[in-house]
Amino acid sequence: MKLHGIHVPHKKNTAQLPPVRLEPPKTVAIPMSMHIGRPAKPVVKRGDEVKVGTLIAEADGYISAPIHSSVSGKVQKIDEITIMNGSKVPCILIDSDGLQTPDDSITPPEVHDLESFIDAVKNSGSVGLGGAGFPTFVKFVTKDLSVFKYVIINAAECEPYITSDTRTMLDRTDSILRGIEAMKKYLGVKNFIIGIENNKPEAIAKMQELTSKTDGVTVKVLPAMYPQGGEKVLIYNCTGKIVPKGGLPLDVGAIVINVTTLAFIAEYLQTGMPLVEKCVTVDGSAVKEPKNVIAPIGTMIGDLLEAAGGCKEEPAKVLYGGPMMGIAVPSLDSPILKNTNAVIAMDSREAKPPKTTPCINCGSCINHCPLKLDPREIAIAYKTNDAESLEKLCVDLCMECGCCSYICPAHRPLVQTNKLAKFVLRQYQNSKKEGK
Amino acid sequence: MMNKLISSVSPHFHTPRSTQMIMLDVIIALAPAEIAAAVIFGWRALLIVAVCAGTCVLSEFLFEKLCKRENTISDLSAVVTGMLLAFNLPVTIPIWQAALGSVIAIIVVKQLFGGIGQNFANPAITARIIMLVAFSGDMTTWIAPGGFFTDVNASTSATPLKAMTDGTDLPSYLDLFLGRHGGSLGETCALALILGGVYLLVRRVISWHTPVAFIGTVALMSLVCGKDVLGQVLSGGLLLAAFFMATDYATTPNTNLGKIIFGVGCGLITILIRFWGNYPEGVSYSILIMNILTPYISKLTRSKPLVGGVEE
Repeated sequence: MKLHGIHVPHKKNTAQLPPVRLEPPKTVAIPMSMHIGRPAKPVVKRGDEVKVGTLIAEADGYISAPIHSSVSGKVQKIDEITIMNGSKVPCILIDSDGLQTPDDSITPPEVHDLESFIDAVKNSGSVGLGGAGFPTFVKFVTKDLSVFKYVIINAAECEPYITSDTRTMLDRTDSILRGIEAMKKYLGVKNFIIGIENNKPEAIAKMQELTSKTDGVTVKVLPAMYPQGGEKVLIYNCTGKIVPKGGLPLDVGAIVINVTTLAFIAEYLQTGMPLVEKCVTVDGSAVKEPKNVIAPIGTMIGDLLEAAGGCKEEPAKVLYGGPMMGIAVPSLDSPILKNTNAVIAMDSREAKPPKTTPCINCGSCINHCPLKLDPREIAIAYKTNDAESLEKLCVDLCMECGCCSYICPAHRPLVQTNKLAKFVLRQYQNSKKEGK
Repeated sequence: MMNKLISSVSPHFHTPRSTQMIMLDVIIALAPAEIAAAVIFGWRALLIVAVCAGTCVLSEFLFEKLCKRENTISDLSAVVTGMLLAFNLPVTIPIWQAALGSVIAIIVVKQLFGGIGQNFANPAITARIIMLVAFSGDMTTWIAPGGFFTDVNASTSATPLKAMTDGTDLPSYLDLFLGRHGGSLGETCALALILGGVYLLVRRVISWHTPVAFIGTVALMSLVCGKDVLGQVLSGGLLLAAFFMATDYATTPNTNLGKIIFGVGCGLITILIRFWGNYPEGVSYSILIMNILTPYISKLTRSKPLVGGVEE
């Protein structure tokens, strides 16, 4: 069985451009929620001196992540910021002294067994850098190491424009190798699969070169078909296994880790410098000189766009992430986060929303859904508030990849409807639970 | 610059393809058959097509205006309906009847059920059936092909299917293929219809499932029943229906398995009517009946979400 998907324009304009390092901006704004889970708790206050890598917020609870200063300087204030899900979280503003002095306490972590490895990954502040932002260490916690059968290294990078993972593969090949060795050593995994879309021949060549240096690593060249990098899609295409609904990759013995996350962990083990900077693809039709930029976390999108030569015209829409799943930002004064892998600025032509027309029942949405959902029926069930049907139609399986909305010739907002329908279903299931 | 950015939900890219472009593709695919109709049955064929398409668009425009609904004539679906209805009429049909049929197709069959995408029966097919009942004389008067300047008052001729039923002489396969025989103005030229069908397949407007299942069933059943296979496939409205009307999105199933079931059903009903029914041709009825069954077929063949738990 072949999973469905769509062909999107690649627009990998920046694949050949080695990243440039951004001068530290005057001020960075670091929100306490850059990961899935509870926001981190600030441990600094106004006026505190911080250096690069200084812990400024600690993890709050199990699924959370610590946060470190990305510049050296002084804490200006702790403000509030509205994050993408609409909730308000604290945000630490730091004035940079421009020196980027590393914190004195930065030393390579002592890692000798699984527990200390997990602690190190936890302390590094690592979260899924491909976009999801799930705290990395959680994936490694287990009572029984034999459950880990494969590590799938997600290097598909199926979104248009984005090339930051491609650059990781080209520029940080050794780190990837060291990351694999560390996972072999501490997690006992023998089987590594690097999944890459076939539109990145140079990265594939680099990774194939790497496999000759170590055992148990295969490079899986995948067709450039969106959403190849979606977790469930990638697992299926690499191992032939389907992650059950509501389950985790571990249910089929897989750990999925983004290639840049892996490289970062290896670098942290070597230097002890936590996650304080990010390579971000700056591109889009409004950008003058598309490029990859390494910037301190908390840099404003506006500063990043300046680093890419500014804009040809005032951007009409600016995204965190790629055009398929990226989030439109409210203003250029939004900071880049740990899991920001691209900033896409679209001109008014590219951002122009298509006109929505009535559904003609062509079936394109059904015949392109990687998870074989029926967005047309879901939309009808949602419209009639029919939670029972939504449950049967498995709307909670939807990963919001956007294939249905992309392919719809009537340009109906199908993903948006799925998101709303999921909420209706969740309410229904909660009330059913309470009733029992 | 604050608050001037567009905020919208992902995805931020969309296919350039639109309903209008799909309908335009269908119109392009119908063009060869329209030209063939003019060459075979004369200029009046073009007039009938123009009357039907024009009346369909006008009816849709006026009805939506009257109901204060959003105007949808720019999606071109009314043009397609008009062309298809015209293709199913004899070239000699009185203009007022063609116009009335178009009004029925758009208002009664399409708009009263909610407009594009909502109607359960194919507007062109249903209107044709209503006309066949209402104007049975005019709807079954066939003239022999006479070139671009055909005299519509010329003597009548039988359609190949009628000839087969009656046991009289059939046109040659070449004449069947090129459409040089009596019949509805757009259904006779197999060559032009196949060209159009291939265009739709290449442009991915339709998938192969319905036409292959429909035509395949008719061919297979003809073989089983000991009839002239090629004659059955090339005669009547089969090719027009299989490529252009059994593939209508709104009124047919949207999964591949559903399309195959739909096509096979159409083929079987066509054969039943052609071989054992009172009418020489059964394509229109087969599609209408299968249209009615479509919600059930859709329900039975709905795509199964990938919930996992089974290894494949």
